[in-house]
Amino acid sequence: MCLAVPARVVEITDEQSCRVDVGGSTLKINRVLLEDVEVGDVVLVHAGFAIEKYDPDTAAEVLDLLTGQ
Amino acid sequence: MNLQTGYGTRSDCERYADQIHTLAGDLPDRTFHLMEVCGSHTMSIARHGLKALLPDKIKLLSGPGCPVCVTDEGYIDNAIRLARTEGVILTTFGDLMKVPGTQTALERVRSEGADVRVVYSPLDALEIAQEHPDRRVVFAAVGFETTAPGIAATVIQARDEGATNFLILPAHKLVPPALRALLDDPACRVDGFLCPGHVSTIIGSNAYEPVVTDYAIPSIVAGFEPTDILEAIPMLLRQIQTRQPRVETQYHRVVKPEGNRKALETMYAVYEPIDAVWRGIGPIPKSGLKVRETYAAHDAYAVFGISDAPFFKEGPCRCGDVLKGIIGPRECSIFGTACTPRTPLGPCMVSSEGSCAAEYKYGTGGEA
Repeated sequence: MCLAVPARVVEITDEQSCRVDVGGSTLKINRVLLEDVEVGDVVLVHAGFAIEKYDPDTAAEVLDLLTGQ
Repeated sequence: MNLQTGYGTRSDCERYADQIHTLAGDLPDRTFHLMEVCGSHTMSIARHGLKALLPDKIKLLSGPGCPVCVTDEGYIDNAIRLARTEGVILTTFGDLMKVPGTQTALERVRSEGADVRVVYSPLDALEIAQEHPDRRVVFAAVGFETTAPGIAATVIQARDEGATNFLILPAHKLVPPALRALLDDPACRVDGFLCPGHVSTIIGSNAYEPVVTDYAIPSIVAGFEPTDILEAIPMLLRQIQTRQPRVETQYHRVVKPEGNRKALETMYAVYEPIDAVWRGIGPIPKSGLKVRETYAAHDAYAVFGISDAPFFKEGPCRCGDVLKGIIGPRECSIFGTACTPRTPLGPCMVSSEGSCAAEYKYGTGGEA
């Protein structure tokens, strides 16, 4: 039930939301649980909310996983 | 997504498996029980057949970390009562649909005509409320610390946007108090915890320090890929071997010592801790969340004037013992016979992340 997936932020849409890319699909998620979210961040998404940002050192590795490279 | 070439390389798995065998060989000659607290860990372990890589003396036990499995019958009955109430739309995560209350389940109530809708996010439930201002929309708010902050944020948004017809029926559970309750049980045989990764993104690894200090129990916050779990096990075994129990984090990618402060602030702005009943286990002090007075207008308990009647079912189902790691699923007399995923008698078989469902589907050594 605590399933959560990594996603790359592609657009900041408004004060509360952003668009993320999950394996090629784009969806709008809520970002009010995080302080600063910027385009390019890799976030953990659970039930429509970004709940944490990935450590920048491992974000690249997680992105490789997402894109299957 | 290609998990075969990322975190899940075969050589990594083999290396960790070798470490586990070496470390286990140096431990005293008895069985060591490691509990994966989280249902997502249980599923990952079963799906990837990780138990087959472990030496005989290292056993993995499933814990109470599936919020659906530990949701009490009395709560389900209340959700059903509200679903049958004129003018109410009951919204829920899909996991809860098949879970039986004392009489029936939400899925059956929906087939009888009640307006029960499955949503992916509490924000979807709020949207339904805004589309139907003439109906009251109740969201069955089940989940651990991972889920509660998002639901709290939704309640705040509902208040700010004047959606007075959006209500929640909370049955949240908190993980650290449950770990204490497990360790307090004289039948407990846990030698170390694999702590839930995504709960820990919110509460932080520091949240386990008091439990580890009080009970001297080795604890590793672990991720969910096979390699994450296999990396965490030798970390636990080293703590057991050196008798230096502490909290360590394997899942550094998203878990910080302090957790997500903003999420915690949001959660505690809307909720306060309350004693809660865990299905199959019983009441655990301060292990749940209730809506604060400030947000009572969005609290279905307050608005409808209801409370959960805790219900303890007498019967052959031993989900309580399974949730506490006292027995494995196959030691229950009705496992796979009277109780199957098609005809579940207990919550561990209903939930897709339940340990009985995992054992039934993957059958990879659920013996204790």
